[in-house]
Amino acid sequence: MGIGTCHIKYLQLLTIIGLMLPALLGNAKTWHVNQQKDGKSIKKTLAQTAAYDTVVVHAGLYQEGNIVIDKPLFFIGNGNPILDGQKKFEILSIKSSNVTINGFTIKNSGYGTLDDPGGIKVYDANHVTISNNILDDNFFGIYIQYGKHCIIKNNKITAYGVEEQQIGNGIHCWKSDSLQIIGNNITGHRDGIYFEFVTGSIIWRNIAYNNIRYGLHFMFSNSDAYISNVFRGNGAGVAVMFTKDVKMFNNWFENNWGDAAYGLLLKEISDSYIFNNRFSANTTGIYMEGTNRIVVEKNSFKENGWGMKIQASCMDNKVTQNNFLGNTFDVSTNGTVVLNEFIQNYWDKYKGYDLDKNNIGDVPYHPLSLFSVIVEMNAPVMLLFRSFFISMLEESEKIIPSLTPENFIDNQPLMRAIKL
Amino acid sequence: MNRIIKFVMLDIIKNKIVLSYAILLAVLAWSVFSLEDNSAKGLLTLLNIMLLTVPLVSIIFSTIYIYNSSEFIELLVSQPIKRSKIWISLYIGLCLALITAFFIGIGLPLLLYAPLHIGIVFNITGFLVTIIFIAIAFLSAVLTRDKAKGIGMSIMLWLFFTMLFDGLVLFMLFQLADYPIEQAMVLITMLSPVDIARILMLLQLDISALLGYTGAIFKAFYGSGNGIIVSFLILLVWALVPFLISLKKFNKKDL
Amino acid sequence: MIEIQNLSKRFGKLQVLHDVSLKLNKGECVALIGPNGCGKTTLIKSILGMVVPDSGTILFNQKPINKDVTYRNQIGYMPQIGRYPENMSIGQVIHMIKNIRKSETAEDNELMHTYQIESLSSKKMRTLSGGTTQKVSATIAFMFNPDVLILDEPTAGLDPIAAELLKEKIIKEKEKGKLIIITSHLLSELDDLVTHLIFMQEGQVRFHKDTQKIKSETGQTTLSKAITHILKSGYHE
Repeated sequence: MGIGTCHIKYLQLLTIIGLMLPALLGNAKTWHVNQQKDGKSIKKTLAQTAAYDTVVVHAGLYQEGNIVIDKPLFFIGNGNPILDGQKKFEILSIKSSNVTINGFTIKNSGYGTLDDPGGIKVYDANHVTISNNILDDNFFGIYIQYGKHCIIKNNKITAYGVEEQQIGNGIHCWKSDSLQIIGNNITGHRDGIYFEFVTGSIIWRNIAYNNIRYGLHFMFSNSDAYISNVFRGNGAGVAVMFTKDVKMFNNWFENNWGDAAYGLLLKEISDSYIFNNRFSANTTGIYMEGTNRIVVEKNSFKENGWGMKIQASCMDNKVTQNNFLGNTFDVSTNGTVVLNEFIQNYWDKYKGYDLDKNNIGDVPYHPLSLFSVIVEMNAPVMLLFRSFFISMLEESEKIIPSLTPENFIDNQPLMRAIKL
Repeated sequence: MNRIIKFVMLDIIKNKIVLSYAILLAVLAWSVFSLEDNSAKGLLTLLNIMLLTVPLVSIIFSTIYIYNSSEFIELLVSQPIKRSKIWISLYIGLCLALITAFFIGIGLPLLLYAPLHIGIVFNITGFLVTIIFIAIAFLSAVLTRDKAKGIGMSIMLWLFFTMLFDGLVLFMLFQLADYPIEQAMVLITMLSPVDIARILMLLQLDISALLGYTGAIFKAFYGSGNGIIVSFLILLVWALVPFLISLKKFNKKDL
Repeated sequence: MIEIQNLSKRFGKLQVLHDVSLKLNKGECVALIGPNGCGKTTLIKSILGMVVPDSGTILFNQKPINKDVTYRNQIGYMPQIGRYPENMSIGQVIHMIKNIRKSETAEDNELMHTYQIESLSSKKMRTLSGGTTQKVSATIAFMFNPDVLILDEPTAGLDPIAAELLKEKIIKEKEKGKLIIITSHLLSELDDLVTHLIFMQEGQVRFHKDTQKIKSETGQTTLSKAITHILKSGYHE
């Protein structure tokens, strides 16, 4: 990991130099803003710059209201200067393509539900890079609308939201394409990362934790991938809705624990691939509603209330080569017709045998427990969780199944957990 | 200490059943904690053991003990001692002995292995469940002269509270599925000490998230500091009421 | 000393005591006789507080017995069939009762010596024969020097020698001016002991008389004959 980070930083430096190159070769100028030294303001300096100039802002507290960048520019913080919106203004508005924002602390943006002010907001711009900033206590952290080829990288985005309506999202992307959201750390916002109508984008190595609603909220955003992210302790986990062709690889969904919390909530999703993720200690690992043709492969479901909840509206999904370990319920469903395939998973509750030693149990496994079926019919029955009456019913059901769907079955349960 | 309590305690300690009860609980508790790598899981397993064995042993052992003490009671009644003193001493003696067994068997490992607040709540709940079922045993023993009938009644009561009651609750939940009965369920669970104990302890394990909306209502009641105290008080009432009824009956009983 | 007023008790459908009123005084030795199931034991148990009557009161030294249990300090009770905790030894039982009674007067250990109970003191109660159990009961009854002795079939189960020893003890206590209540089937045994006779039948007291009077009225020399005489004449009436 350490080497990787160095590598990336190195690359990043190269990119910045590379981008600066035409500017350096041409007539581009470098401007310095240092309020402590000469009292110059950012706004006045910006007014004097030409496209592709570089503005270096030195350490200090800058309270200049709304700063608009409307030409291609390298806007660089040196010594972590603070841009303070004093809870009144949107702090940085980027209204031009080819802008780089790097190395600022941006805090105290204004608050408003009509115009959604952000710490940094990008309006209809391409090739904007926002990197290495600290965003603290803003309504929205970084807001991109109609952006293309933008990079949001290594920012630390913190807010202190208490109620869902009182706070915006950490990284909010709307009607955009080809974004790269990499290595950000987001906490305390409504949603950590929000995608709506965003295509062809990647979300990689971010950590979203303790956000009020979702760690990642994903809607109408086709052909995206999110890889190696950590979503931990968010109010409702992660939601991916009304989307097709999403790749979800190698993410950790952890401790999303609460009445309506899910590790991963899938709603109206199709043709997607969920591979090698880790779901642990969530109320529900994956909740699926109206999902089609999804492959869930080589994931680990550990110590969740429910490993997977598959609603009757799901079809043609394949769940294979996953480990189900220590979940209260491995799987539950509200339907009786099963149109999804479970095959070759490891279930720690499986008690069958393997005479031919091929690591596949000779007896099929019914992952659906009677109690989970009853609870789906009548939620308050959960009240009887761990009561003997229920335990007795479960035992008798195991011997003579009567209420659980006969065809909800893993015909080739694995004898040993898969190494993941 | 009151001489009769002392005598009863010594007599029970000499009795191998209580000793084996303590050992049984200890073996279960230690094996649960050493087998389950996850302490929350271990606690759930222990909860099940606790809610099954503790009521069973408490009620059956106490019922038999009272019947076997009939000579002792008769002897004492002809002596200058108040009847209520005999009965209360017998109760306290049994309670102390079985609580000690519970504490050695489950309480101590719980305090060592589980988070402190859970250990404390589990212990208090275990003590209360113990004295509740001893009280119920006193009631069924005083109601019938016949030993076999009395033990039968105790077993029935145990069955009722550990299993049948939940069956009735399940039946009711389905019958009244169309009505908002979550609030009422809080009251209904109070009709069974085993259910109060189970839900109280489940909520300590933060399992309430699994309970959904109903869980939220229960959490609001049983999970809050006041709720815990109120549930303890209700459990105490569950011990006191059967015992006081049995005391009243005993004071009028012909020996 | 003991005054029973309008005592009634019913076990289910069976009326065991029916409006019983009696007055028993110091220095008397009262024989309580009657056929099986006539209510003798119930009456005794009522006096001891082991049976709670449905109505009526019992006064002990003018005080109602249901208010205060301390009157039992002045009663020694020997049950018909002594029932003791099976796991306890004789020594433990005696020790425990001593402990409970906290008697201030000197203990009367005469019977303990005559029956040689001390040598058996480590024996468990469940291993004892009926006779030995009765000896233990007798020992305990007399141990605390009570003012009243209630003996339910005292000689039943005792061997003739032990029975004779007990009788001697009873006479001795009677002479100290104690009230002694004995139930027995064997009237001949009671002859030289008894000063008063209570005959019960179907839960009621048929008569309560001085034995001398009975004998003189009937012209019989022994109590048993006198009783038989009365009963016969009763049937003739």
